[in-house]
This record gives sequence, structure tokens and C-alpha cells, in this order.
Amino acid sequence: MAKRIDVSGLTAYYGSHKAIEDISMTVEPRTVTAFIGPSGCGKSTFLRTLNRMHEVTSGGRVEGKVLLDDEDLYGPGVDPVSVRREVGMVFQRPNPFPTMSIFDNVAAGLRLNGNVKKSELGDIVEKSLKGANLWNEVKDRLNKPGSGLSGGQQQRLCIARAIAVEPKVLLMDEPCSALDPISTLAIEDLIGELKERFTIVIVTHNMQQAARVSDRTAFFNLAAVGQPGKLIEIDDTERIFSNPSVQATEDYISGRFG
Amino acid sequence: MDTTQITDAPPPTPQPTPAEQKRNARGATRPGDRIFLGLSRGSGILLLVIMAAIAVFLTYRASLALSKNHGNFLTTFEWNTNVTPPSFGIAVLAYGTVISSIIAMVLAVPVAVAIALFLTHYAPRRLAGPIAYVVDLLAAVPSIVYGLWGALILVPHMTGLFGWLNDFFGWTGVFSWDQGAPRSLLTVGILLAVMILPIITNVSREVFRQVPQMHEEAALALGATRWEVIRMAVLPFGRSGVISASMLGLGRALGETMAVATVLSPDFLIHGSLLNPGGGTFAQNIASKFSEATEFGRDALIASGLVLFVITLLVNGAARMIIARRKEYSGANA
Repeated sequence: MAKRIDVSGLTAYYGSHKAIEDISMTVEPRTVTAFIGPSGCGKSTFLRTLNRMHEVTSGGRVEGKVLLDDEDLYGPGVDPVSVRREVGMVFQRPNPFPTMSIFDNVAAGLRLNGNVKKSELGDIVEKSLKGANLWNEVKDRLNKPGSGLSGGQQQRLCIARAIAVEPKVLLMDEPCSALDPISTLAIEDLIGELKERFTIVIVTHNMQQAARVSDRTAFFNLAAVGQPGKLIEIDDTERIFSNPSVQATEDYISGRFG
Repeated sequence: MDTTQITDAPPPTPQPTPAEQKRNARGATRPGDRIFLGLSRGSGILLLVIMAAIAVFLTYRASLALSKNHGNFLTTFEWNTNVTPPSFGIAVLAYGTVISSIIAMVLAVPVAVAIALFLTHYAPRRLAGPIAYVVDLLAAVPSIVYGLWGALILVPHMTGLFGWLNDFFGWTGVFSWDQGAPRSLLTVGILLAVMILPIITNVSREVFRQVPQMHEEAALALGATRWEVIRMAVLPFGRSGVISASMLGLGRALGETMAVATVLSPDFLIHGSLLNPGGGTFAQNIASKFSEATEFGRDALIASGLVLFVITLLVNGAARMIIARRKEYSGANA
């Protein structure tokens, strides 16, 4: 059951350094939203505020509101652990647990929640691996270590692990930047299928990728190094890449800077 | 390319032989490289020569004693080297060494792992630094100091614990106590646990600190609590390192001499109870008998030392097997 994300006035700090400032946006359920922008503009930081991973970094601190439907993720008494069970995340470098088999990797999140019967576990693992388009490649070696797969397979394994717990939102932090073009294509196809079920936010440095996979695109930028990153504009992807309303966006997309 | 062109080409410069190529690839052609290669290879060979020399010497001296032994070296419960015919055996020493080391490991490893986890994953940085420093200091305390502390402080304070164990677990036999001085294998094991705690803690801490951030974040992003992160990402990654750390500690416990000799009141019997004084360990037996031993007595002690050496080798081999068995799941190929 995908949910809407509603961010208002969000500012994030690393210690005393302000990394992003006053960001507001809405992400509709069952859409793909791409974050683009130059390095250091805070798009990854912003992504990590959406599942409260930002505060894991020492000195990480957030002001503002993030609503998931009507629930404020930063409200008093909200447990970051339960937030992360609703908002899944896929990282830049594939990070399956090296000590676990493929099966255990996918089951890891389910076992955390603790209320899954053993008999159901196998079904959910199979469903998740099918959902990540990985089932046919690994069904004969579910007990082999996940670290023995190729980079692209590992990343799809991580996606299977993330969707196995049925999150409401799936965050992806440059999921293809460590992959070859064929693996990238496989992940992009997968994103198209996953948006039927999840709200997806993806950070990417690859503008063709943003244009290919996303419905909406947000452009982030920073005035200068050391300045906080800001949201310049967010609009339908088609519009951002054809006729953006801010000059800086057009400059970035057409390769004039960044 | 056309083959005629090759025959027309000027004769090729002589190609280096495979052996030469290999040497070139190692970069051992320049003087500096050659000198360094010689030095490092020389030290390696020297180490092997020294090891072999020690082994030959010990085996020779041990065989002198063993050939005249009238008791069974493995099962005799006595150590009489000054009488004729001499009779000595290592049964009591092997039992005491293994039991006291097992007690030390059982007590020390969980505590050391807990301290290491606390220092790397729970303690605020301001607190973790000083604690780690103190643990480092503890590792550097000489063993005779631990021995004195054991004899003067630990032994008198053990009576309370021994009485309690006797009251509640005396019926097992293992924890029964005849009210003798608590200079027993259990006290030795506890003292050894204190002594090996710092080194196991230090090595485990280093291992836990090297757990890649991305594995911990993977667990966090799935909605793991801090303890679940440790269970899913940190402990499995650090497993082989903790085993290695434990082996370092076990090595020290097996070979510890002065501290054991100061605390234990030895005899040559295997006691069913861990609480009653008596027993002995290899290192303690050598230390307490060596200075007054005859030439033959020393050879007999050397023979017992060889057995300790073999036990240490077996333990290390077992640890390596445990680590190797799960190699493909180790963090190394992540």
C-alpha cells in the first residue's frame, strides 16, 4: 500500500554544517520521483531524511516535517526503527549481508519483524525474488552466499530484501552507479514494475536514467561549496527535460555546468 | 597480420625466459629491491631454522627422559624424577591446563566481546577512548603482578563464592568444597580470565571497528534496532576475528606460568571438584620444579613442555578449521 510523502520546511545538519535548507515537496503514491543535481547538493542527504537514516551519521540532525500520509516521521515519540520498516532503502553499492545466504538475505527483514510463520517465509522470499526479477537466476542456489552474485544481481537481491517487508515507500540512492549498462537496464525495467506497488524516490547522476524511469524530477543545487543545498524546482519529468521553468535547471540538464 | 611480414621483420630482441620474467614482475632487478628481497627472504629462512633447531633440541632432550621413564608418560599420576627407577606422567598437568584454560575462556570471551561491542557501538566517543586506553594498559601488566594480586586479593575473597557454589551446586560434585584454601583450578581459571580479558577485548574491538558501514546501514534500513544491527551485521562479520582473538587469549592462558604458580597449591591428583585445591598445569609444574631439578628431571620437564606445545598447535589448528569452514561466507569477499 504505497503512501504519499509530504515534506515541508525540511532542513538537515551535519553538526553545525547546514547540508540542505528549507525543502518542501510532495511525492504522490505509485510514482517514481528522481532527484538530480550536482555532487554535494544534498540530494542523498535529503533522501536519507525520508527514512531517518540521516541521524545515524554522527551529528546528523533534522528540522521540519516529513508526513507519510498523515503520520509525521519526526513527530514526538516516533521510533526511527519503525519508520525504516515502512520506508525501505537501496544503496549505491550493493550491500547484501556477506555472511548470509541468498535466502537469508531476503528473509532478513521479515525475521526482524518476527511475526512471519516459517511456512510463509519461503513463499514471501520467492515472491520478493520474483518481484526483483532475480528468481530465475538464483532459484537453484538459494543457500549459496549472496556475495557470490554479480554486482547487478546483488543489487537486485538488495531490492528483493527491501521489498520483502512490503514497505510503503522505496528509496534508492544511485542504485545503478556501480553497475554495467545491462544490469542498469534490468534495474530500470524493475523500477517501472515496482512503481505499481510502491512510492519510489531515486537519486541519480544519470540524467537519461531520470528521464527514462521517473514521472517527476526534482532538481537540487547549491549556491557555492559550503552553502546548503536547495530544491530548485520539481515538476513532471517531461517538462523538466523539455521546458524547465528555472534557468539553472536548463543549464544543468543541457550540460552547461555541474 | 600477414605472415610474410613477420619473417621479413628484423630478428626480435632475445625474449626473457619465464623465470626472468617472473623475477622482473616482482621488481627484483634494481639494487634496492634485490637487497630488500634478500633481507626479507633471509629473515624468513632464519626464523624457520631457529624453529627447527628448538624443535630438534627439545625432542632430543625429551627422548632422553622418556626412554628411562618407568611410568606411563600419558597416564601416570606422579612426577618422581629423582628416584630410581623414575616415574612421571602428564595426566594431571594436561587436565589442569585444559580445565583452567576452559574456565578462563568461558568467563572471559563473552565479557570481552561485550566490552568490545560497548566500546565500538554503544559508548559515546568521549567515554570509549579512555576505556580503550585502560584496557590497553591492562594488557601490559606483567603476569607476576596479576599473580600477586591473585594470591593476596583474589584468593581470600574467593571463600564467599566457593561457599555459595558449594551450597547450591555442591550436589553436582564439580562444585563441592571441603573448606580448604581456595587455591584451586577454579581460582586459577578466574585469574586467567582476568589476564586474557584485555587482549581478547582489544583484538575484538579492532575487528568490530572494521565492519563496513554499508553492512550496518543495510540492517538499519531494514528497520533493525541497534542490537539487531549487531546480530545481523557486526557479529557475523567479526566472527572469525573473535575466534582469532580468543585463540590469542587461549594461548596465553595455556602457557601462563607465574600467575598460576603463585595462586595454585599443587598436587599430583585429578580432583573431581574444581573448588578443592590441587592439580597443576604444564607451565606451573615446569616453573616450580625446574630450578631444583637434576639433569634428568629437566629433560622430563622438557618432555612435558613439548606436550604443551602440541596442545597449543592442535588448538590453533582447530581454530583455523573453524574459520576456514565458513570462508565463502566471510566478509572478506564482500
